[in-house]
Amino acid sequence: MFGRQNRILLKELVKTDFKLRYNGSVLGMFWSVLRPLLLFAIMYVVFIHFLKFGAGIPHFAVSLLLAITLWSFFTEATTQGMMAIVNRGDLIRKINFPKYIIVVSATVSALINFGISLIVVMLFAVLNGVEFHLHILLAPLVVLELYVLALALAFLLASIYVRFRDIEHIWSVVMQGAFYATPIIYPITMVAAVSPVAAKVLLLNPVAQIIQDMRQLVVLDTTDTVWTYINNPAIQIIPIVIIIVAIVLAVIVFNKNSKKFAESI
Amino acid sequence: MGSPKNVAISVKDLHKSFRLPKEHSNELKRVFINFVRGIKGYSEQKVLKGLSFDIEEGDFVGIVGRNGSGKSTLLKILAGVYSPDKGSVKINGSLVPFIELGVGFNPELTGRENIYMNGAMLGLSNQEVDKIYDEIVDFAELHDFMDQKLKNYSSGMQVRLAFSIAIRAEADILLLDEVLAVGDEAFQKKCNDYFEKIRKDKGKTVILVTHSMEAVRQYCNKAVFIKDGQIVASGSPDDIADKYSLENLRSVSCGESGVNAGMPIIAAKIKGSLIIKNKDKVKIEVRYRNTDDRPVYIKVVIKYRDVGLLFANAKLSHGLVTQDLKEHVVQYELPLSTFNQGEFTVVALLVDSEREINIASFGYNKEVIFKIKDAVTGEKIGGAMKDSGKMEMIQ
Repeated sequence: MFGRQNRILLKELVKTDFKLRYNGSVLGMFWSVLRPLLLFAIMYVVFIHFLKFGAGIPHFAVSLLLAITLWSFFTEATTQGMMAIVNRGDLIRKINFPKYIIVVSATVSALINFGISLIVVMLFAVLNGVEFHLHILLAPLVVLELYVLALALAFLLASIYVRFRDIEHIWSVVMQGAFYATPIIYPITMVAAVSPVAAKVLLLNPVAQIIQDMRQLVVLDTTDTVWTYINNPAIQIIPIVIIIVAIVLAVIVFNKNSKKFAESI
Repeated sequence: MGSPKNVAISVKDLHKSFRLPKEHSNELKRVFINFVRGIKGYSEQKVLKGLSFDIEEGDFVGIVGRNGSGKSTLLKILAGVYSPDKGSVKINGSLVPFIELGVGFNPELTGRENIYMNGAMLGLSNQEVDKIYDEIVDFAELHDFMDQKLKNYSSGMQVRLAFSIAIRAEADILLLDEVLAVGDEAFQKKCNDYFEKIRKDKGKTVILVTHSMEAVRQYCNKAVFIKDGQIVASGSPDDIADKYSLENLRSVSCGESGVNAGMPIIAAKIKGSLIIKNKDKVKIEVRYRNTDDRPVYIKVVIKYRDVGLLFANAKLSHGLVTQDLKEHVVQYELPLSTFNQGEFTVVALLVDSEREINIASFGYNKEVIFKIKDAVTGEKIGGAMKDSGKMEMIQ
């Protein structure tokens, strides 16, 4: 899958993506850090300072920042991945190369951005006095899980976007809804206090599972996750199953459609 | 069995059609109405209808045909950009396509960055591009512009850069689409030299899609004529170029009158170089065919800035009159010693010998041009000149 030529091309595409992203802006790459930080500042003031979300939960501010960073990556990877094929239409119409590289390059760019933001999160965690445990080493696995999900969605969305441009608007609405349906700005305990069943359902969303796992591994040991909050192993693995089904489906759909990309764009 | 040469490209029974969406067929209302009425929201256009051919290693093949005949689609299928509906394409060796304006240049990147990006598209690593970087810039003659963004390049400069990369990538097979039409004269000369070189290189295969019959004659050792997605003829470049010119003429005259293909036709071309010294002779070849039994003859007019300077009359000066339905070729050789330097156009006329009227013409749109340079004996031109040429019927 990743032959020498494809690796060269991937590297070059990611490099170009990065150069072009902040092309002409004064602060340049600094925006990768600044944007989630400013977003976080707003959320912090609104939800933690005024609405008192997560009151009584240690380091909830760090949890919030971590979750926002993860969500930003997820949004960016799926949205950029969705539009990658159409945006690179000029390449596709002139030369033959594996189309998946374009989608992968868009998601890898988002991943690099995420890595930069993550440094800020970790600095913030240290300042906030978060105690780190050895199980933080499992965090990259969870990030990988999120990456696979984002890639799967990017492949599916990119295949649809070539023929049906409305998906761009639909997806932005879906993501807005999903943002509130995922325990990001509010702690899952807040939902559980009202309805434990609703909390369990929310946790079956793969992104929620990932965010809660990350919080548990990085910020606070006692965070509720799908593994602690749901007892039935058959139900526990639903988020993982969703991701596996998504990536398999995505690869099949993308492969089937990619032959026609050049003439459909 | 066992041909001595290796086949570089083998195409068998290639079919391709495109779905062209009808007006507004992606609107929800239209989609719904179409679905209810069972109308297809698109029309199917067959672009290629069963092409088969083999190209051997070392060939320089010209593909000619009118706009919309399927040439570019064929090239894109060879490049792997489109996938065929039916049939197979086999490629032996590495292939570099050069389709339209270069391979995905990014206007926001500098010339240098674009070279590396482009190299990566063609499978070259940074180190490999480093090695050929200077050659590319030299060939493109863009030394002073490499750190400029590409959006600040003129279109000619972009093509120069793209073309330089394509030929320095050193692939076994090069696909070229309409490249000769761009670039200034100096760059065209460079391309010319490169084509001359590659023409002799038996390891390199080139496929050139072009409307320039001159290019076909000059570089190609084979040519293919495509019409309506089918191969009408293939063979020697001279033959194909003639057929193509004639075919164009026929379709133009038919297109205008809309009557039939049975109209008298005439076509002319310059044999040999188009740039001639005035101590040499220009060779003009005229092909014509009459469609009835009237006796006919030709006139060749040499014009300078739309003024006829010389009228060569086949009947009066050379005694050439025909009276049949066959295709005839007349060769006219004219010494240019009395001409000054400049650009001259040739018009060929087919004349009804009895009524002395023109029944067909060619060249009024400056299709046939030659240039005279380095005039040493030229005199100031005034009035019509005496026909000192030689005309003979060669077919």
